[in-house]
Amino acid sequence: MAFGSFGGDVVAVEQPRRSSRAALWLLLPGVVYLAATYLAPLVSLVITSLKTPDLVNFDIGRYLYAFDVQNYVHVFTQYGAIIARSFGYSAMATVFALLISYPLAYFIGVTLRKYPLWQALALILVIAPFFMSFLLRTLAWKAIFADEGPVIHFLQSLSILGPNAHLNGTPTMVIFGLTYNYIPFMALPIYTSLERLDLRLLEAGSDLYANPISTFFRVTVPLSLPGVVSGTLLVFIPATGDYINASPQFLGSTQTAMVGNVISDTYFNLLDYPSSAALSIILMVLILIPVSVYLALTKTEDLL
Amino acid sequence: MTMQEAAVLGRVEESRSAGRPRGPRRNWGVVVYSILILAILLIPIVYTIVFSFNIPARTNSTWRGFSVDNWINIFADPRVVAAFGTSILVGVTATLVAAALGTAIAIALVRFRFRFRTGLTVLLFLPMATPEVVLGSGLGSQLLNLGIDTGLPTIIVAHIMFCISFVVITVRARVASLDPAIEEAGRDLYASPAQVWWRITFPMLLPGIVAAGLLSFALSFDDFIITAFVSGSAETFPKYIYTAAVRAIPAQANVFASIIFLLAIILVVVQQVNAGARRRRYAREG
Repeated sequence: MAFGSFGGDVVAVEQPRRSSRAALWLLLPGVVYLAATYLAPLVSLVITSLKTPDLVNFDIGRYLYAFDVQNYVHVFTQYGAIIARSFGYSAMATVFALLISYPLAYFIGVTLRKYPLWQALALILVIAPFFMSFLLRTLAWKAIFADEGPVIHFLQSLSILGPNAHLNGTPTMVIFGLTYNYIPFMALPIYTSLERLDLRLLEAGSDLYANPISTFFRVTVPLSLPGVVSGTLLVFIPATGDYINASPQFLGSTQTAMVGNVISDTYFNLLDYPSSAALSIILMVLILIPVSVYLALTKTEDLL
Repeated sequence: MTMQEAAVLGRVEESRSAGRPRGPRRNWGVVVYSILILAILLIPIVYTIVFSFNIPARTNSTWRGFSVDNWINIFADPRVVAAFGTSILVGVTATLVAAALGTAIAIALVRFRFRFRTGLTVLLFLPMATPEVVLGSGLGSQLLNLGIDTGLPTIIVAHIMFCISFVVITVRARVASLDPAIEEAGRDLYASPAQVWWRITFPMLLPGIVAAGLLSFALSFDDFIITAFVSGSAETFPKYIYTAAVRAIPAQANVFASIIFLLAIILVVVQQVNAGARRRRYAREG
């Protein structure tokens, strides 16, 4: 239910499942489409990642079909630190997003349950960022944290920051941007879990002489765990591949490059398609490890 | 990046049912903290809207004073207008195709028994679990290997791909709530399969399809990363902003983004009000 946890859960009606040729015609167009535009590109990435430069004609951006594993060795030695940094930034952003979102989701799902109107309003505010251009929102933060901006001035007036301090371009800022951008993805699935929480269970906890803290950790948290797991995946996967926040044009600098920045740079600027493809495959495999652990723990019926 | 807004709101109306006794003691810390977080979430949105009202100048990075000039001269920058138009065209086309393909899969998933169900579920799940940069560079490499030029059509092809799974999720919930007996009644009354579909099934699925469509449009409209790899010289609204960010973004970009934002919020509020009215009606009728 990683992504389905967002989905509307309407009362389901018993559906007698027939087997018929009609299913084939319903499935075929979409499945063929996904095979051609999702699976085939992954195969294409593998093929491209094994290509070798055309040393005879020496055309930049042209590569010959080969089985050149050297590309993988090259990107690992060249960009290993950046790959590690991506996972580090992303892991930190995921943890911050979780710590920030949990109380928020609790507030909306439990505290506001008695006030449907306020609950709906708070929910609209959580999803509001989705409707405003992601790039413009990130640029807004860049302006707010700019060297001549209000935040730097304020922090300098409190002598927290020195006279020549920067915020933009620092790892702190990139992690801030990632956290900000992905908070709704964490808050919504946790909200969905907490919304279903039967408050009588908390009452039962206190009737059995548990103090509120132990009720929270022994009843509320375990019951909201599916939401936490979904949220973690929903933040961790896109944050690891994100290259907008870390880009020098936005909140980052060349010192904060993440693997997405390198994939895009090698592709667009160096026209080094094999390295770009090898990095994509590495990123995909490293992401698939936590995802497949998740898959193993979930019934496939519940995936969507 | 945007997500199942409609679906999320849809469930507010459905599931406020779990036991409702006195509940836990209200913790004012949580209340204040949550309001603070919600306020922080809104800062960049407010910033973007406020700067759409800035006095026009060469750049839009410092506040010079209130003016409605940018809203009046909304079409002043032809590149912004063209990019916005392209994004609308891409969004609408991709949404229509993804809605058709996704709805068919959703119906098959709920109504039919077939082999490879697990395989299909994984195939639908994976595009959502793949980082966008991998989807983009993959499609880009494939187009390069096949020698296909990138441009507007390839943007649409890519957007359909990442919208399908989200359509399936949203519509599937609606199909699952549809009582097959109603369609059976139609068939018993000698309706042709086409009549059953157009007069019964489709209208009953429509709210789910519309929600899925809005979601797809929002996803497509805001996509930058995948678009970058498959767009060639075509320019969508996010791609324009990314390119313009190096120099200066004209205030008209803020105006267009604010319009889309306000329209979406109005849609969500209307949907909420409708849902509230429906809830009250159900409550009255028992």
